[in-house]
Amino acid sequence: MDKTPQTDPRQSWTFSREINSEIRRAAATGIYDIRGGGAKRRVPHFDDLLFLGASMSRYPLEGYREKCDTSVTLGTRFAKKPIELKIPITIAGMSFGALSGHAKEALGRGATMAGTSTTTGDGGMTEEERGHSEKLVYQYLPSRYGMNPDDLRRADAIEIVVGQGAKPGGGGMLLGQKITERVAGMRDLPVGIDQRSACRHPDWTGPDDLEIKILELREITNWEKPIYIKVGGARPYYDVALAVKAGADVVVLDGMQGGTAATQDVFIEHVGQPTLACIRPAVQALQDLGMHREVQLVVSGGIRSGADVAKALALGADAVSIGTAALVAIGDNDPKWEAEYRKLGSTAGAYDDWHEGRDPAGITTQDPELMQRLDPEAAGRKLRNYLNVMTLECQTIARACGHNHVHNLEPEDLCALTLEAAAMARVPLAGTDWFPGKTGL
Amino acid sequence: MTMTFEKTVLDMATTELREVNSRLQAAAKAQANTAYEIANPRGAHAVAVGLDGPLEVRVKGSAGYYCAGMNKEASVTVEGSAGPGVAENMMSGVVTIEGDASQYAGATGHGGLLNIKGNASSRCGISMKGIDIVVHGNIGHMSAFMAQKGNLVVLGDAGDALGDSLYEARLFVRGTVKSLGADCIEKEMRPEHLELLKVLLDKAGAAARPEEFRRYGSARRLYNFNIDHADEY
Repeated sequence: MDKTPQTDPRQSWTFSREINSEIRRAAATGIYDIRGGGAKRRVPHFDDLLFLGASMSRYPLEGYREKCDTSVTLGTRFAKKPIELKIPITIAGMSFGALSGHAKEALGRGATMAGTSTTTGDGGMTEEERGHSEKLVYQYLPSRYGMNPDDLRRADAIEIVVGQGAKPGGGGMLLGQKITERVAGMRDLPVGIDQRSACRHPDWTGPDDLEIKILELREITNWEKPIYIKVGGARPYYDVALAVKAGADVVVLDGMQGGTAATQDVFIEHVGQPTLACIRPAVQALQDLGMHREVQLVVSGGIRSGADVAKALALGADAVSIGTAALVAIGDNDPKWEAEYRKLGSTAGAYDDWHEGRDPAGITTQDPELMQRLDPEAAGRKLRNYLNVMTLECQTIARACGHNHVHNLEPEDLCALTLEAAAMARVPLAGTDWFPGKTGL
Repeated sequence: MTMTFEKTVLDMATTELREVNSRLQAAAKAQANTAYEIANPRGAHAVAVGLDGPLEVRVKGSAGYYCAGMNKEASVTVEGSAGPGVAENMMSGVVTIEGDASQYAGATGHGGLLNIKGNASSRCGISMKGIDIVVHGNIGHMSAFMAQKGNLVVLGDAGDALGDSLYEARLFVRGTVKSLGADCIEKEMRPEHLELLKVLLDKAGAAARPEEFRRYGSARRLYNFNIDHADEY
């Protein structure tokens, strides 16, 4: 007799295997999940945009022959010594403590070879990164760990961190297992304890105060250093406008795909806006104030390729910043460590327990043995190569759109593949001349 | 031996802030141990900031935000009151406020002595990292929040939530404490603390005896995250 056909077991979309596993983990431990990295959920992104390229109405430039400039100057508003970069791609702030000294050195080496800047992080400036970074941006964070006027003066720019895309409105926690004597010493705290990074600055509370804080920093550094203000992607129009009001030379805008060393998964996935949604309101704020290109806009959060760079610039950014991609370039989540990722209950590409300090790639760790796995010179060369590839890709697109400088890319060069992306980027849906919210039809 | 220095007067009624700070910073860097007087500060912000060397500065009136910010080695005296963030992130030297200090006095300071002759407002010593702060009057709420290292001495009373989320800083209060913040507890005053307190009181010229104070510090229960302590936050 034939067997009665059975319906295949159906997994719930709402209660998926992944969701259920998190419920069981939470029930077993009583603690929320902490991890590194940025948002992993699918959100509208640069992949949802396409360049149109030259055609009858646009004249392209000859690839490999005609010049397409990529240089950018950051900090032209007030600073006596703006930062001149060969490429519009910078390395984002990542802390010594979260990263090993070798990793910081590798980032400095790679950035310098490619003609761009790197950035300190929570925990202060190390000799490794100052020594190997021709242009180093010094982050001024709420915790002020390791903050001192000597390092402030030997920085090339100062970045006041108000927020970051992975956790706008949140601070951080470097867990005790990564707090070695060196890390603890730089932060003036005991070895082995969890180190809380505050979410608010200790000595100012709003843009009016911040304006005076910036005055103080400029007075201490002889008005030489460009002052950046970094904000997470929360309310980009108003945040950027207030940053300009407070006196920023540069605004760094970090969307929700931007990484962090460690915070709650619920924070990373549920607070903040996608990078794509942040750029146009930020540019609009600069334009409304007559400050577009006068105050430079650096966009970060999910930049992976020259195409992403070109799209961010076309939407009005002056430069982009990369963090996670730079770590991947120097060896983070490399499949060659798969056996060890498995032992940690993860897999290459998904490993995000950076806060635990057991990174097989030797990057997000302070373990002396693991750290030795990263050769800073070789890793620096990889980063240089990657930055060069991104730059070439960006130039390729700019030339195809007929531009002799990547800053000449514009929204008109773009179309969107989805309604969401069209609305966020304010460029037409492919095949139409319309985007949601467009008026004057 | 008492040394006397020739005094240079910089009048802020006629001299721009940039010029004032440039002159002071150059004098400090020259290590010449010179003395400066700032006339007519009239609440100006960021006066005498970033000094990096031995220098004596007297501000003849009240100052605005961040006076003597990030000071190293210099001795700065404000003959009036100081606005928010006085001596913030100070590294060494002595900063004296003859009047009152506004909020965040000595914030994130790494070293040196901040001597406030009057009262200090809220968040005095917030996130301090090694500085010594002596307040002859009272301090406001949330003082020594997340204070990491150093000593805060208060001759008067302390407001709400003293020492909230404290790390290893030591707090000494002679008067009343309205309330203690998360993980801050009263601790035994041992001989070494009395000795330390005596040194600090002498340095600050404070008329008080160490035995009159109570000591507060971290219970260290929040040093490593534990879900059972979640109600503390």
